Amino acid sequence: MFDFVSFIPRAVMQGIPLLYGSTGETLTEKSGNLNLGIPGIMYVGAISGVIGGFLYESSLSSPDAIRALPAILIPLVCSMVGSLLMGLLYCFLTVTLRANQNVTGLALTTFGVGFGTFFGGSLIKLSGSSMPYLALSASSAIYRRTLPFAESTGWFGQIFLSYGFLAYAAIIVSLVVAYILKHTRMGLHLRAVGESPNTADAAGINVNRYKYVATCVGSMIAGLGGLYYVMDYSSGIWANNAFGDRGWLAIALVIFSIWRPNVGILSSILFGGLYILHMYIPTGMNLAIKEIYKMLPYVVTIIVLVVTSVRNKRENQPPQSLGLPYFREER
Amino acid sequence: MANSTTKEPLIHITKRGLLPWYGAWGIRGGAILLALIFCALVTTVVTGQNPLSVYVTIFNASFSTQRRTWVLVQNIAMLLSVSLALIPAFKMKFWNLGGEGQMLAGGLATAACMICLKDVFPNWAIILCMIVGSIAAGALWGFIPAFFKAKFNTNETLFTLMMNYVATQLVAFFIIIWEVPKGAGKIGIINQQTQIGWLPVIGNYKYLLNVIVVAVLCVAMYIYLGYSKHGYEISVVGESERTAKYVGIKVSRVIIRTMLLSGAICGLTGMLLVGGTDHTLTTSITGGRGFTAVMVAWLAKFNPIWMILTSFLLVFLQRGASEISTVFGLNQSYGDILTGIILFFIVGSEFFIQYKINFRHAAGKEEAHV
Amino acid sequence: MDNALNTPAAVEMRNITKRFGSVVANDSVSLEIRRGEILALLGENGSGKTTLMNMLSGIYFPDAGEILINGQPVVIKSPKDAFGLGIGMIHQHFKLVDVLTAAENIVLGLEGKMDLKEAAKKINSICKAYGFDVDPHQKIYDMSVSQKQTVEIVKVLYRGADILILDEPTAVLTPQETDKLFAVLRSMRDSGKAIVIITHKMHEVEALSDRVAVLRAGKYVGSMLTKDTNAQEMTNMMVGRAVTLNIDRPVPVNPKPRIAVRNLTVRNEEGVVKLENVSFTANSGEILGIAGISGCGQKELLEAIAGLQPTESGSIVYIEDNGQEEELLGKDPLRIQEMGVALSFVPEDRLGMGLVGNMDLTDNMMLRSFRRGHSLFTDRKTPHHVAENVVHDLEVSTPSIATPVRRLSGGNVQKVLVGREITNAPSVLLTAYAVRGLDINSSYTIYDLLNRQKKDGVAVVYVGEDLDVLVELCDRILVLCSGRVSGIVDGRATDKRQLGMMMTRIGGQENG
Repeated sequence: MFDFVSFIPRAVMQGIPLLYGSTGETLTEKSGNLNLGIPGIMYVGAISGVIGGFLYESSLSSPDAIRALPAILIPLVCSMVGSLLMGLLYCFLTVTLRANQNVTGLALTTFGVGFGTFFGGSLIKLSGSSMPYLALSASSAIYRRTLPFAESTGWFGQIFLSYGFLAYAAIIVSLVVAYILKHTRMGLHLRAVGESPNTADAAGINVNRYKYVATCVGSMIAGLGGLYYVMDYSSGIWANNAFGDRGWLAIALVIFSIWRPNVGILSSILFGGLYILHMYIPTGMNLAIKEIYKMLPYVVTIIVLVVTSVRNKRENQPPQSLGLPYFREER
Repeated sequence: MANSTTKEPLIHITKRGLLPWYGAWGIRGGAILLALIFCALVTTVVTGQNPLSVYVTIFNASFSTQRRTWVLVQNIAMLLSVSLALIPAFKMKFWNLGGEGQMLAGGLATAACMICLKDVFPNWAIILCMIVGSIAAGALWGFIPAFFKAKFNTNETLFTLMMNYVATQLVAFFIIIWEVPKGAGKIGIINQQTQIGWLPVIGNYKYLLNVIVVAVLCVAMYIYLGYSKHGYEISVVGESERTAKYVGIKVSRVIIRTMLLSGAICGLTGMLLVGGTDHTLTTSITGGRGFTAVMVAWLAKFNPIWMILTSFLLVFLQRGASEISTVFGLNQSYGDILTGIILFFIVGSEFFIQYKINFRHAAGKEEAHV
Repeated sequence: MDNALNTPAAVEMRNITKRFGSVVANDSVSLEIRRGEILALLGENGSGKTTLMNMLSGIYFPDAGEILINGQPVVIKSPKDAFGLGIGMIHQHFKLVDVLTAAENIVLGLEGKMDLKEAAKKINSICKAYGFDVDPHQKIYDMSVSQKQTVEIVKVLYRGADILILDEPTAVLTPQETDKLFAVLRSMRDSGKAIVIITHKMHEVEALSDRVAVLRAGKYVGSMLTKDTNAQEMTNMMVGRAVTLNIDRPVPVNPKPRIAVRNLTVRNEEGVVKLENVSFTANSGEILGIAGISGCGQKELLEAIAGLQPTESGSIVYIEDNGQEEELLGKDPLRIQEMGVALSFVPEDRLGMGLVGNMDLTDNMMLRSFRRGHSLFTDRKTPHHVAENVVHDLEVSTPSIATPVRRLSGGNVQKVLVGREITNAPSVLLTAYAVRGLDINSSYTIYDLLNRQKKDGVAVVYVGEDLDVLVELCDRILVLCSGRVSGIVDGRATDKRQLGMMMTRIGGQENG
């Protein structure tokens, strides 16, 4: 029998980093920037948090001396600063210097993944660990604190209450972003910038500022996905390359949720489920077939991509100026 | 009152006319120089080494021994090959980010021929099957997104990107099926004893065949894009689909035909990798070339001849960067960081080729330099 | 009108100069815009009208000179500053976001908390005041051109603009819609707003404006009251010398049926009938005009003949000199070419369809000829000669043959396109809005070219919007009304009034 009570929390925990990534990327894409650097940014977000946490933990006399507030805040702030810098770099190149977005994004991903694994490797060496990973168990324990009653309420607690605060924050962030996009003036202006920067400009909207802010905030949100992955999902253990291709999956998720962060909440959990489905489907000794199951999220994304383009509904299309640089005097 | 004229922004940016090629390459060269200086500074800070020795290390990575130079040439050939595959699509404004997947598909077909046919056919027939199979597999991988783009205008950037991962998982699946020994999780060198399906070695030069194939491909692509009717159709479709329809070019056919070609060359590159150099199949055999090739092609403005230079540049820098990591005891990813930094400089420098910065008091004549 | 003399002008521009690189778009232009007055700003293409107005609306910033609003010197650095001063501009290309609703577009760029309900109320009250019909919740992509324009006008009124600038507002409107717009503009003028309208159409200037101001080559030529001048004088001022406004119309020599369209019905992608049961014949050696309000099937008709538009029923045949008929329907441009039918088509969208903006003249000439021969490779020599000939014969002003065509001015782009289309000695020449946006000189060059084709025995089809030109140029005029043939009239025996009526009613009868 398929064990939903243990499957769903696992799927949610898989889905949360994707949700952060896709919410951040949705915000970015709404401004007309297709940021293919998200995988790199998530790496940087993760490793910056780890560096902060590592420095804090090493400054302590004993692991028991850890205090909750700095243990949470230091990695959180480091992570956000790291991904903010990546976002700024992307904006400087694509908005100010109007470089090609695809090329810049790919370079950013090369850089970010390299940055993550380089400093990850260096920290592992520094910590003198004999294993090829670094563990921040004490900080992670704080990040992983669940809601009260998670234990005592049976299946309900397991499915709804058993997550660390960053997981709930992810859902709140998505809802807030969805609300801002749909119901506020800022959101309206941002959508106009992504659809038709010319029009927005003529209406007196500062196109470049919106692009910068949306992309940088988007990067910071995506970076949190990396932080959640290390500090919560993998219990504070950093191993090089463990994060894998989740960044690309987050970009796929943006399409899957048709550029709506609130839809993203459910679809990220679905994606998380697809990502780990191979562990729950009894395949016996046939390990190969698991690899085929791992294909599922990508295949599903392709199907969604095709279906939305076949239905060709205006509301479900990518922002119209996605991927194009804007220059006022070019007509 | 007079201040109404003084409130204009200090810096005014205008589009340049066409720069002569030496101007453009001068700016790019300057950017690379700056990037190298910056990288050396970073490396000096991280390792405490003298920047000069950093440069020597970069240079040695490619030219200190004959073997290294050959590896350099072989790597350039492979990267150039993928880049050549991508440019017909890029000229058509079809963002094929699926080079990785198309190469993997070709490599998978090659490995399949080497493993499954080794006792069935003679060696020459197997190599023939490898060529045909890899081309077909790559072309198929290019065809799928092209078909949907042509029929429903499905976003190809994201589609081809997803196809990469489908290919990766497919390869992972077959690696487990074919793993040697059971449970190893990898294939190892295929037909190590018999060398069945290994591409022939010309003289004593192990990689010469690959280099020759790619050189021929490069010239052929230059002619195809610049002088053939197909090439002209590709440019027209890339510039304006409506114009193409207006003069009777069948746009869907051009999209599909071009992507078949693009995928086919990627597939062939996969074959050269599996059959010619690596003699094994892994999910990372492509080494990210499908993505690096995007930059090679873009930096050379999709010109096959300039691409020889840009692919040399990227391979040279990548090898140099990874040599720095080895020599100074840093981990291999340090190379990626340096590559990233160098790319940022080059990507950013394009701005100064396309645009002119006018300072307000300079009467619109001053040009900013990198 | 008395106090108009005492109160300062709504806008006063003094010695405004604007350069783009080495081009001087406005050279020390001074202009006054008054309240309670409609000012028509006239000038040929490239005379700097739009640039001048863009400096009022904050898109450009002047290099020199000053602007006074209500007598106060001001600095307009951005569209926002312009709104703040009560200046609203309706651009030739609408500045609307397709996927947003009318209300969302109207409040775009404003500050403060967003309340779309409140906005909708205010929009409705504006609509009531001026007799507009706008649904605040309708998406822009569901709207017709005139609805979009109405949204643009409501947008500037919503911001409380009392200085309105309209850049060629009637180019896309039907005569009825134009009348409606003019009525609205007059009522706005009467309520004390200052209005500037940029247009090329003389009869509109005469019908609407109180005063005209003329620019020529970036310089201010002069201004006068509309009632004191006439079309001829205004044209002379614009061009800088006396111009004859008569178009040549030679008598057709030996016309023979060339294209016969029979019972043609076309539906567009959304399934809307665009052409219904259309039948007519185009003769060789004759110019057949096609009149009709915009979007009532002209585009579909030409594209159907050219093999670009799928059709539902009917037939289109090409008739050779010996009377032999060949069906064109269901064949794409390539097949038609292969059949040996020399069909040329000058489409409405020059740079988006007829030419490739980023390619040079040679490569653009090649568009029609690149398939020639069995070689796998293209021949560039012939198109190069063709390009040289076109540049020479039609006096195209271009830096060189290797210049991308998008860098040429509108008139030169059209010469290149028409030049290419007539190079292949066509037997049928289809043209859509061949002189749209062209200044008077270029327009006459094009009329000349069409007449030369006509004399050579080509069947010319001329889709036009300016009824005056249609009546003067064409031998016969087919009038379309909502996709149906309203009638075919003799160009020498009809007038604008009759055409106008036929455009709105089948047959043109006035019976209630």
